Parts: sequence; C-alpha cells; structure tokens
Amino acid sequence: MSTEAAPAHAPASPFVRRRPPVAVRRRRFLVAVANNSLLIAAAAIFLLPFVFIALTALMSSHQALSPRLWPEPFAWHNFTDVFSKAPMWRYALNTLVYGGLATLGLLLSSIPVAYALARLRWRGSNAAFLITLVAMMLPPQVTIVPVYVLWAKLHLVGSLWPLIVPNFLGDAFSIFLLRQFFLTIPEEYLDAARVDGCGEFRILTTVVLRLAKPAIAAVALFSFLFCFNDFFGPLLYTGENAHNWTLSLGLSQFRSLYQVQWNLVMAATLIVMAPVILLFFLAQRAFVEGVTLTGVKG
Amino acid sequence: MSPWILGFSVFFGYPLVMSAYLSFTHYDLLSSPRWIGLANYRYLFTTDQTIWPAVKNTLWFIAIAVPLQVLFALGIAIMLSRARRGIGLFRTIFYLPALAPPVAATLGFVYLLNPATGPVNTILGKVGIQGPLWFDSPQWSKPSLTLLALWGVGNTMIIFLAAVLDVPSHLYESAQLDGAGAISRLRWVTLPTISPVILFAVVIGVIEGLQYFTQAYVAANVAGGSASYSAEAANALGYPEDSTLFYPVLLYQQGFRYFNMGYASAMAMLLLAVSFAVTFVIVRNSRRFVHYQAPGR
Repeated sequence: MSTEAAPAHAPASPFVRRRPPVAVRRRRFLVAVANNSLLIAAAAIFLLPFVFIALTALMSSHQALSPRLWPEPFAWHNFTDVFSKAPMWRYALNTLVYGGLATLGLLLSSIPVAYALARLRWRGSNAAFLITLVAMMLPPQVTIVPVYVLWAKLHLVGSLWPLIVPNFLGDAFSIFLLRQFFLTIPEEYLDAARVDGCGEFRILTTVVLRLAKPAIAAVALFSFLFCFNDFFGPLLYTGENAHNWTLSLGLSQFRSLYQVQWNLVMAATLIVMAPVILLFFLAQRAFVEGVTLTGVKG
Repeated sequence: MSPWILGFSVFFGYPLVMSAYLSFTHYDLLSSPRWIGLANYRYLFTTDQTIWPAVKNTLWFIAIAVPLQVLFALGIAIMLSRARRGIGLFRTIFYLPALAPPVAATLGFVYLLNPATGPVNTILGKVGIQGPLWFDSPQWSKPSLTLLALWGVGNTMIIFLAAVLDVPSHLYESAQLDGAGAISRLRWVTLPTISPVILFAVVIGVIEGLQYFTQAYVAANVAGGSASYSAEAANALGYPEDSTLFYPVLLYQQGFRYFNMGYASAMAMLLLAVSFAVTFVIVRNSRRFVHYQAPGR
C-alpha cells in the first residue's frame, strides 16, 4: 500500500508557523502525490467518461464517427441543435411537474407518518414500522401489474398522474429515513413543548420540523432526484404519449431518432446530466448527510 | 396516519393480493380475468424458454456485479480515509458518476464502449489490444453493464467512508500497541467494526440487483439500435442474444408489451418469493460475520 508512508506534514506546533521554503513545499506536495498515487489514478479513471462524453458532444457529426478523440473545430452549436431536434423544454417541464408535485406530496404525507412512528406510542406502531420496512425491500415489479390495471381503468395511463399521486399517500423509504432522524431528536425538547401546552401537531410543525431540517432537505432532494432519474415509471405510464415524456425517457429515445449522430446524443446526455450535477454542487452538504443517514444511522 | 393507511392499502396491500390472484388467471386488460389455475406457473417452470436466460442473467448480476461493487466501494473508501489532503475533492470526484441519471450514464457507456469508434477501443487499439465488442457481444454485454455499475458506486462508497472514519481511533491505537501492521489493522479492526454497514450494502445491492432494469433496457435498445418505445423495442430487449434479458425486463415485456398480465403476475410472485428468500438467507448467515458494537458509548 503506497498510502502507508510517513505523514506528509509535521505535527501542528503551538507556535505560529512560518511558511516553509518553496523547495520544501514542493517536496511535500510531491510526497503527497506519491502517497496518493493510486487514489489519483482511480479518480482520473472516474472522470474520464465525463471527459470523453464532453469531447464527443463538441465534435461534428462526421468527426464523431471517426476514431479521433479531440474535437476540431469545437462544434458548440450541437447543444442548441439538441433543443431544436427534440422537445427538450417540453421534457424538462414534464420532469419538473413530476418531480415538484411528487416531492411536495411525499413531504406532506411522509413527515407526519414518520413522526407518529418515531415518537408516538400507539397500538400497532411496531407492526406499521415493520410493514414500512417490508414495503421498502420489495421490488416494485411485484405489485406493478394491478397498479397499472388500476390506472388503466381510471383512463389515466398516458398522463403523469400515476407517477405523482402515489407520493401523496406516503413513501416507505422517506418514512423510514425521517423516522430514523426523528428518533435522534432529544425527547426533552418535545417534553418542554408539551409542558408549555403544545399539541402534537404544533410540536411537529414548530419544534420537530425545525430540528429536522437537514433530514427533510435530504429526503426532498432524493425524491426529486428519483423522479428526475426515474425511467421505469415514465416508460410504463407515459410511453405511448410522447407529449408527457420526461427527460430520462426522452433521452432514451434520442439515439433512435438520430441514429448515428453520437455527437448530438452525447450533447443531449450532458444536458440531462447538467442539472443534477449543478444541484449537487448547490446542495452538497444535504447530499452527503443524506446518503450517510441512509447507511449509518439505519 | 390515515393517508398512509390508505396509500398502503391502495398501492401496496391491494396490489399484493391482486397480484397473487391474477397469477392464477389469464388476463390481457381488455377482457376480464379468466381463472386458469396453475397454468401460468406450469408454463413458467416447464415451458417458457426465456425464463431461464432471464433468471441466469439476474443471478449472474447478483453473484458477480454486486460483490464487485461492494468490494470496489470499500476499496475506494479505505483509500480515501487514508488520504491526508483533498479528501473532499476526491470524495466529490468518486461520487459524481453516481449522480449521473441512469439513462444518461448508460448512453454514455454505450458510446464509450462502442466497438467501432468508441474511445475505449480506440485507446486499446493504440496500445495494440483488439477491444471486445462490449454491448454488442453476448459474452461482454454483462461485463459492460458491470463496468457501468462500478462507475456509479458513489453512494455505497460514501456510506463506507463515513463508517470507516467513524471507527474509534482507540481501537487502532491498541491494535498498533499490540504490533498489528496496516493489513492486520484493516482485517481485525476496520472490517469487523464496519461489518454491519457492509451487510447493509450487500442487502441493498442484492435487492437492487433483483430489480435491475433501466440500464439493461436502455443499453439493449441503444446498442441494438431501436427506439426505446416502439414495436421492435419489445423484441430488441435482451440484445444481444438475450444476454441482457434480466428478470424484471422479461416481466415488463410479458406484462406491458405482450399484455400477458396474468403471466407477469405469476412472475412477480416468484420474484417476491425469491426476494424474501435471498434477504432472509443473507441476514441469517450474516450473524457469523457481522459484529455489532455494544450500544451506549
């Protein structure tokens, strides 16, 4: 293991540290690089697919079919071409409607249930929690046929409603996540509110919601991302109605419409990746906390 | 509570019961379900030629791709936990691919690995290696999907990293006093302490493996060159030669392309039984490997 060498920097001294001379700093930097060479190589490999996708997105369609790797000249117009060749704005709007309404419904329905499961003792609360866990583990394919039949009978297949409405009735994963977080809130806060004459509902809206902000942000983020990335749902319910396609579904169609134009396909791919990556950099903390919450406190 | 109870009955309890019922019927959505007893199951277990490729593909994924994913994520997390600088930057780099929407990531990989002009085979060619046909070859299509899965391992990696950083340092110190080297510290301190998290990752990985759909579906359609929602797409599923026909893909094809909804329900029931069995077996056997820390620090 190359990472097991001596520490790269001296232990912090209690005195004000002088800036070490350039040669020493450069050596330290090189030592750090050497110590982490494996890590740096792995990171480079992880980034390479993004690099190649971006490079291809900037090639002319002729060049994208050649084995050359570097675009020349840079065809920036590919990105605008994507919007004129496929109704990307339409797809984006559908994605926003789906993701926005579903996330709203999921928060409205899951927070009270999670609170009830975490904090209130009632008959069958343990059983309800168990059912939540089971529902979380089950592959969605197990129940998909009757649910589809239900929506078909309501003549709503082809619309976005089958994707949105179930979220207003709670989502097992979010309930589980929020419950785990609510359990970490010290009971004393809630008791203090009770002594002051708060009802359970007010405790939830004032005390719990404020303390659980990071967890709620993470759940909202995950929910929106799930909708953004969801392929099976839109394929199943909106497949036959191109008017309601989301970005994920639209993107999957893109290649067939423009058979060999890899440059445009890659430009569209980048356009679909961009919002998620942007969202990540804007909300990095919520992401990392949320992901960690699913694993460690689970 | 009540919307939740309603939600669970409408979207969970009722469909579960209905699925079980429909699995004993012939149903095509147009006419009402017709009771045919065990015929669906008999067809499933004895006659259907596509079931076994689908089961085998799914098992392949669970037996090979899922353990690789867990090992890979663990390896990166341990390397990261030892980095003294730039841990935030590296963490972001390794996490980014996990963010890429599955459809986009799949399209990207089908391009990267396309045999004729893809960058990977171009580079392999420059160093004198004849690259495989990747998504166009029945032998290489699942390994290609595995590469895609390894690229998107960021979520698991972050969970492992948090767990590794959470290992109490006094455990390492006492191990070091006892003369444990880096490898034995990893073997006897890190791994046992984070074993519950590893179990969690394995269970989640297996459950996701049983549901593996989007990447296989998109890769088959894109590499096979057909529209993802069209008549020929139903037949392109599994391209090439059924090598990416995973169980959920077949279920989708039967239920929502051929509208054999009774048969799809029977498949769903089998999936339900297998999911339960697999999870049960893992959790049961895990007691031997998983070490739970005494609560209350």
